[in-house]
Amino acid sequence: MRLLGLKTFRHGVHPPEEKSETRDLPIRQFPFAPVLAIPLSQHLGRPSRPVVRDGEKVTRGQCIAEADGDLSVPMHAPASGRIVRVAPMPSISGRMVDGIFLEPQPGSTQETLEGEPCPLEGSSPEEILRAIQDAGIVGLGGAAFPTHIKLRIPEGGSADALIINGAECEPYLTTDHRVMLEQREDVFTGIRYVLAASGAERAIIAVEANKPDAAAHLREGLPGDLPVSVEVLPVKYPQGAEKMLIGALLGRKVPPGRLPIDVHALCVNVATCAEIGRLLPHGRGIQERVVTVTGPAVRRKGNYRVPIGTPLRFLLEQVGVSDAVSRVFLGGPMMGAAASSLDISITKGTSGVVAFEASEAERTHQRVYPCIRCGYCVDACPMFLNPAQLGVLARNEEFERMAEEHDLLACFECGSCSFVCPSHIPLVQSFRMAKAAVRKARAG
Amino acid sequence: MTAEVLTGVGALGGLTFTLATLLVVANRRLHVEEDPRLDVVEDMLPRVNCGACGYPGCRPFAEALIGREVLPGKCTVSDAAGHETIAAFLGVDVGAEEKRVARLACAGGNNVARARAHYDGVTSCRAASLVAGGGKACFWGCLGLGDCETACDFDAIRMDPQGLPQVDEDLCTACGDCVEVCPKDLFSIHPASHRLWVACRSLGAGDGLLEDCAVACTACGRCEMDGPGLVTMQGNLPVVDYSADHTTRVPIERCPTGAIVWIDAVAGPQRGRAAPPIVRRTARPDAAT
Repeated sequence: MRLLGLKTFRHGVHPPEEKSETRDLPIRQFPFAPVLAIPLSQHLGRPSRPVVRDGEKVTRGQCIAEADGDLSVPMHAPASGRIVRVAPMPSISGRMVDGIFLEPQPGSTQETLEGEPCPLEGSSPEEILRAIQDAGIVGLGGAAFPTHIKLRIPEGGSADALIINGAECEPYLTTDHRVMLEQREDVFTGIRYVLAASGAERAIIAVEANKPDAAAHLREGLPGDLPVSVEVLPVKYPQGAEKMLIGALLGRKVPPGRLPIDVHALCVNVATCAEIGRLLPHGRGIQERVVTVTGPAVRRKGNYRVPIGTPLRFLLEQVGVSDAVSRVFLGGPMMGAAASSLDISITKGTSGVVAFEASEAERTHQRVYPCIRCGYCVDACPMFLNPAQLGVLARNEEFERMAEEHDLLACFECGSCSFVCPSHIPLVQSFRMAKAAVRKARAG
Repeated sequence: MTAEVLTGVGALGGLTFTLATLLVVANRRLHVEEDPRLDVVEDMLPRVNCGACGYPGCRPFAEALIGREVLPGKCTVSDAAGHETIAAFLGVDVGAEEKRVARLACAGGNNVARARAHYDGVTSCRAASLVAGGGKACFWGCLGLGDCETACDFDAIRMDPQGLPQVDEDLCTACGDCVEVCPKDLFSIHPASHRLWVACRSLGAGDGLLEDCAVACTACGRCEMDGPGLVTMQGNLPVVDYSADHTTRVPIERCPTGAIVWIDAVAGPQRGRAAPPIVRRTARPDAAT
């Protein structure tokens, strides 16, 4: 589908963008917290296994936890210092998870221990995937799915197109925008690695139209020998969702329950791609990531390169928050997760920290009215589900019927239906609950 | 005109007669012999289909009764008189079944346990547990939004003013609906004679936990020392071995928080002598963050 000559998907919503305050602020290095708490399960899959002892001295970049099996990645020390302890710590899910507490030594520098580099020339796809896993790289867009699993082509499958996702459709967030402007060469190097690993023929960098400077900057520097193009997409949420991008750019539909590779496409976040290009030539691991810290309650908004494991409390103290701070989201306000504790840490999947004051949070305390059958949610759902009908079934707890007859499991919780609902029905939350119930019933 | 009416009546009448004949034949030919006692026994059962007996509903249970697979006492919903009626009708023993009840492994009401964040959303424990665990400072604790109260078909569960479900042992039929519905897996079905009870699911250890909840198990291990062979510490929680003699209150007496309790049939949960009394009646203030 095209809109004003630009490729896009059908349905979707237009939330306020709120990106203007941080889009022009360059990425700045964030200081080390007095104690970094690095959770061992920052990614989808099995938690990493710690390989350090209490009191051990570690160097920045040193591997402090190894991957536990294939669907797992190692962790690297974000700073030089001493391991205080390995103990449970709160996580964004509310669950207590094991974490490594690291005390950076005073005057810890940005110098990094480097490992075995993975040269672009002469490395086999397996070696590149191995290097991606060893670097601890996961999807930095938010899902934190181990990238080496995503790029591995299954038996009999093949990929022809690689989509580099720089859409960043989530309001408030500008990390991918800054990465595209400031780490262009890293992005291109990353694309070379990913193309070599996956065997895809061409790459498309997808950028939303609200980042014309990033698109122009990328186009200017396009290397002649690289089969890559830049596509500008209209501003619409959730344009950055994998299935929406594949539909818009390649005109292919990923069937429910299937993966992009089933339609010969791969989709990698632009920040993930930049990290691959930045780390692999040096054999380094992820120690930090770019995080947009913004929202009405934040004083010094900006894009910061934050060490992994920085406690949320320290982060907010450093940037300064107003006394009326009431809600803190990790990730954007549409799909991000509300933090229930300030003792959780910035992890590999945290693309932004958005803090709201009590007055704005108050506006969401609206009374829930009955469904008036306006159908706005039906027009908003990018997966062409019927959120109104699903909402009624969720109220009656007919979870199995929602999954069987109304394709509940195709919902990826983008939040468009809740966003447009004039009756303020918490649709997405009830779908999440229903999905959890269905998974529990099917597993048991 | 008359002819048309007659045609219509005749055609429809003929159709009715043919189909009726078919039905009669089908009823005779396809008749399945069913034990006439089945309907009678089913009528004698409470017909609530709760599943506490382990059968999918009252009719399958009635079939099992007639087949002498189980005894009427297995039904936890009907009373002694009901059991005897069925037993007399079928000519079997009543069958003594031990009374079983649902027990909650949390004592952290809002007067003793802190909330870390204010949850604002769908009023359901299952929905709240998906949003950063629900906002309670203790990840394992009861969220107090009452999904179990709603799920209970027998009004055996009531939320008390501190936001904890209280099980009425007389009304509880051990059907297990609350066990299914609790997102924190705090309910389990136990014989009512299991009076020594660990009312905590926190996997943490140390006095730091008391910040979050005054009745948390700190994994000090005193109950294990006082009840050797009866209580063992497993993963920072005491586990009572109910196959041993568990009719002693000794293990609860030195518990410094009152996480292990004695559930008295009349007076409810009793804490040990060492546990500090709970004076607060209203909700505790949230933590500073």
